[in-house]
Amino acid sequence: MIPATFDYFRPETLDEAAALLAQHGEDAKLLAGGHSLLPSMKLRLAQPRVVIDLGRIPGLNSIRESSGKIVVGAMTTHREIELSSLLAEKCPLLPEVATQIGDVQVRNRGTIGGSLAHADPAADWPAAILALEAEMVVFNRGGERRIAAEEFFVDLFQTAIQPDEILVGIRFPVTSRAVAYSKSAQKASGFAIAGAAVVVHARNRAVRIGITGVSARPYRASATEKGLKGKPLTQEAISAAAVSAADGIDPLNDIHASNEYRRHLALVNTLRALELAASRC
Amino acid sequence: MTVSKRTGYFGKSIKRVEDPRLIKGIATYVDDLRLAGTLHTMILRSPYAHAKILSIQTGAAAALEGVVGVFTGTDINPNCGLLPCAAEAPDLKSPKHTVLANGRVYYVGHPVAVVVAADRYAARDALDLIEVDYDSLPVVSDPEKALQDGSPLTHPELGTNVAFTWSVASGDLDAEFAKADRIIKQRMVHQRLTPMAIEPRGCVASYNAGDGALTLWTSTQIPHLIRTLLPGMIGIPENRIRIVAPEVGGGFGSKLNLYVEEALCSHLSMRLKAPIKWIESRRENAMATIHGRDQVGEYEIAVKKNGTILAIRAKTIADIGSYLQLLTPAIPTLTGLMLPGCYKMNAIRMDVTGVYTHKMSTDAYRGAGRPEASYAIERIMDLVAADLGLDRIKLRLKHFPKPDKFPFHTASGLTYDSGNYRATLKKAQKLASWDTLLKRQAKERKSGKLFGVGVSTYVEICALGPSKMMAAGGWEWGCVRIEMSGKVTAITGVTPHGQGQETSFAQIVADHLGVPMEDIVVCRGDTSVAHYGRDTYGSRATALGGTALIMCIDKIVAKARQLAAHLLRAKVEDVVFRDGQFLVKGAPKTNIGWATLAQEAYLAKNLPANFEPGLEASSFFEPTNCTYPFGTHIVAVEVDRSTGEVKIRDYVAVDDCGHQVNPLLVEGQVQGGIAHSLGQALFERTVYDEEGQLLTGEFMDYPLPRAKDIPDYVMGSTVTPSPSNPMGIKGVGEAGTIGATPAIANAVMDALAPLGIRHLDLPLLPEKIWRAINDR
Ligand SMILES: Cc1cc2nc3c(=O)[nH]c(=O)nc-3n(C[C@H](O)[C@H](O)[C@H](O)COP(=O)(O)OP(=O)(O)OC[C@H]3O[C@@H](n4cnc5c(N)ncnc54)[C@H](O)[C@@H]3O)c2cc1C
Repeated sequence: MIPATFDYFRPETLDEAAALLAQHGEDAKLLAGGHSLLPSMKLRLAQPRVVIDLGRIPGLNSIRESSGKIVVGAMTTHREIELSSLLAEKCPLLPEVATQIGDVQVRNRGTIGGSLAHADPAADWPAAILALEAEMVVFNRGGERRIAAEEFFVDLFQTAIQPDEILVGIRFPVTSRAVAYSKSAQKASGFAIAGAAVVVHARNRAVRIGITGVSARPYRASATEKGLKGKPLTQEAISAAAVSAADGIDPLNDIHASNEYRRHLALVNTLRALELAASRC
Repeated sequence: MTVSKRTGYFGKSIKRVEDPRLIKGIATYVDDLRLAGTLHTMILRSPYAHAKILSIQTGAAAALEGVVGVFTGTDINPNCGLLPCAAEAPDLKSPKHTVLANGRVYYVGHPVAVVVAADRYAARDALDLIEVDYDSLPVVSDPEKALQDGSPLTHPELGTNVAFTWSVASGDLDAEFAKADRIIKQRMVHQRLTPMAIEPRGCVASYNAGDGALTLWTSTQIPHLIRTLLPGMIGIPENRIRIVAPEVGGGFGSKLNLYVEEALCSHLSMRLKAPIKWIESRRENAMATIHGRDQVGEYEIAVKKNGTILAIRAKTIADIGSYLQLLTPAIPTLTGLMLPGCYKMNAIRMDVTGVYTHKMSTDAYRGAGRPEASYAIERIMDLVAADLGLDRIKLRLKHFPKPDKFPFHTASGLTYDSGNYRATLKKAQKLASWDTLLKRQAKERKSGKLFGVGVSTYVEICALGPSKMMAAGGWEWGCVRIEMSGKVTAITGVTPHGQGQETSFAQIVADHLGVPMEDIVVCRGDTSVAHYGRDTYGSRATALGGTALIMCIDKIVAKARQLAAHLLRAKVEDVVFRDGQFLVKGAPKTNIGWATLAQEAYLAKNLPANFEPGLEASSFFEPTNCTYPFGTHIVAVEVDRSTGEVKIRDYVAVDDCGHQVNPLLVEGQVQGGIAHSLGQALFERTVYDEEGQLLTGEFMDYPLPRAKDIPDYVMGSTVTPSPSNPMGIKGVGEAGTIGATPAIANAVMDALAPLGIRHLDLPLLPEKIWRAINDR
């Protein structure tokens, strides 16, 4: 349980961090809450030569509204999201997801940016990111760029963030209360075996559904979304559409859940999240 | 036995005196020890379940800065004896259990080499520099496959995977089966579990070359047994060995063992003339500390149409892993002995086959063989009731021996000390509002819910035990000393590690001496302080260790009475002891207390003739029998039809552990035990794949119950004193684990019964239940 030797940097600015990252390239790892990075370093699964701690960079830990969007800084902890009154009002799916992550100690430490950059296929945030059609803001020495949710998750533990880039924030739309997250937790880790996040856009009669835990890459349940397009969210419509929540998906298979059961849980949680969101319309 | 009326601690729910130091984080665990000059070790463990070691290159590791030495089996094994197993079976075949692997590895986690370094960091870095060339060999990780022809052999030199066979048989089994109207059969799997004590193991060995003496601090339940066993491995006589169990962060049987690391660190300290420290990581704990359970049983029950159970025949396979640990072969024998549960029957037979596989050894884990028995017999009672269309409560009542039939001789040859099974059952039904509960169930079922009610009426065996049953003595030792100041030191040979005897023993001693509890210190866990002891396991500590202390007090009181008579100028027979005072009959104002007596006893200027100075006594207590606590647990569950998840709705536990010294401690033990049971019933399991890789080696993959999994308990008790010891205590450390698992399992199976599902094996994982529902 002792990591291999590494150098530790604690930059004070984003530019400094980006410079360090450019200098050390693949040898470096950014450190956010450390809740995924440190265990893998202690088991020596990860052996970065350089660790760059983002903890002292001002501005990365923030929740604010800016020109109609909600911007959550990458270093914002799950707990801060859970307790944010701004989010409770303007983007209530985020606090709802946050409360279902780990326990209070975990939520006090883990960050939304760390979770997204890590891209654990069983993490909870990706479902919300997809359902909310959020945008990830990344930074390197050349400046900023934005990555759409659909393009962000590439594969198991792989995102569209380039090695010289730092995730600085996530941009969310303001939503109504008609949102929900439903999750079947893996009993030991608490991560999702299947988690479904739903956002209902009542005005144009559309829903967005993000699903995590089920496959190597979190996905949008597009067949279900299509099935509900333009329809009122009646129990019959929801039940009929939820059954296609894992269409075209190749579910994961491990000791915690077979691929068949995961597929089933994707449907169950989609159904539950839809029912819940519909009840909040 | 004289009990002070004034103090009256016995039977009171007094908060644990241990807790402040634990809560404040100022308790001393092994890892908190800082001996000057300590060297740190890390152990390289096999990534293979079965392989030949072709070569080990240690040069680069040894050359690393800070590294003192790197040792392999070739260096260590010739200087250390083999790890002993204390349990016997007539045909037991034992592989040579060397301290480090001897050219071959037999399980993932098998120690291959050890690095000794100035600090843990250098030691850890050096591990990565050791190069081992393995030639992997065929693996057998399934005990049933291990018995098939052509299976790979765990230890080829033994020529078989069968480690031992053992049977318990009594009555005319064939005749009973011939009389049966029906034979009910069920196969049951008792899954492997990982104890996962929150504090992993660890030890510090310090050899004093001048004295030729060794001190070993180790996170163990059994310092005394280790002191008995270690000399055979390291060649230091026991009177030059001191074993200390400091604060121990959970054992649950997993620290009821002598482990190779303890011998290894002791040897290294002798060899390198420095204190040696080893602290186990969580991953090591999961793969190289004993596992529990792991039996597969085929049960056949001969019954009459009216429900009378005539006889049970069982064949079980016990997966014992790759090596014998301290008590490995004894565990499944406890299953056989306890299989009849609290029921009358005419005959029983259980044949156990212990099987070697390429996995970590199994051994005692909370309940140790009894949970398998209680689970089997309590499932059997429900299966018989269901198959014959009988009421499960009536069926149980019909087979209970009546209270006046005790001592009760079981079909397996045990003699239960005392019992009133009907009383606990009735009380639990009352606390559970049984009739209302069944009505509620009917209503829930009507509304489409899968709602189940489960019962278990268990009995278990505690206070192990009379020495004739045990490998190395089943007595217990204690010593009580009234210090010169009048304060009291009570030294016990049991080794509490969470059970709370610093509190309950202080209560007992305070009452018997008539002094305030605050004046008493209970010492334990250090063989140079507690000279003898058989330690803590099998829920024996209070019944046996507590009694040994009372015997000491009886001796001290007798002695002090002489001194009191002398000082009060009275006849000894006129002096009575009451409420901490020695009084002269008829002149109650003439009295003398412990403080004065102690001072006189040690100043020794004014003693009766032939009176030894001091006020101290030690005693060995040898029990006449084990004790047999029992109880009834009633559980209501709801199963989510769409996911298979189980939610516990109600939980009622009524336990009878005889007289209770401290009901708060009893409740704590039962609650903790139920939590363990809940894990076993619903989700815990140790998984190895076919290659012998451990897939549940972290808390990421091995679920322990969490606070939010635990239901609100309704708890009650009945009191049926045990005649096996003067306080009438039975023991309660494992009861929850033994009684709760079958109750939960029966409840879930009851919930699923309307779907025609008869039996599912543990753990009752959501996916398993979901499949069973959908297979209908
Ligand atoms: C006991 C436990 C239980 C948990 N339960 C859950 C759960 O139920 N659900 C769930 O979703 N999660 C769970 N988590 C995960 C946890 O909440 C964190 O979200 C997760 O560990 C990653 O966040 P972090 O801030 O700790 O990131 P770190 O561990 O610091 O970093 C993770 C990875 O992301 C990279 N990284 C970090 N920040 C950035 C950045 N700004 N830009 C680019 N790369 C970056 C790092 O280099 C590293 O590779 C659990 C964790 C623990 C320890």
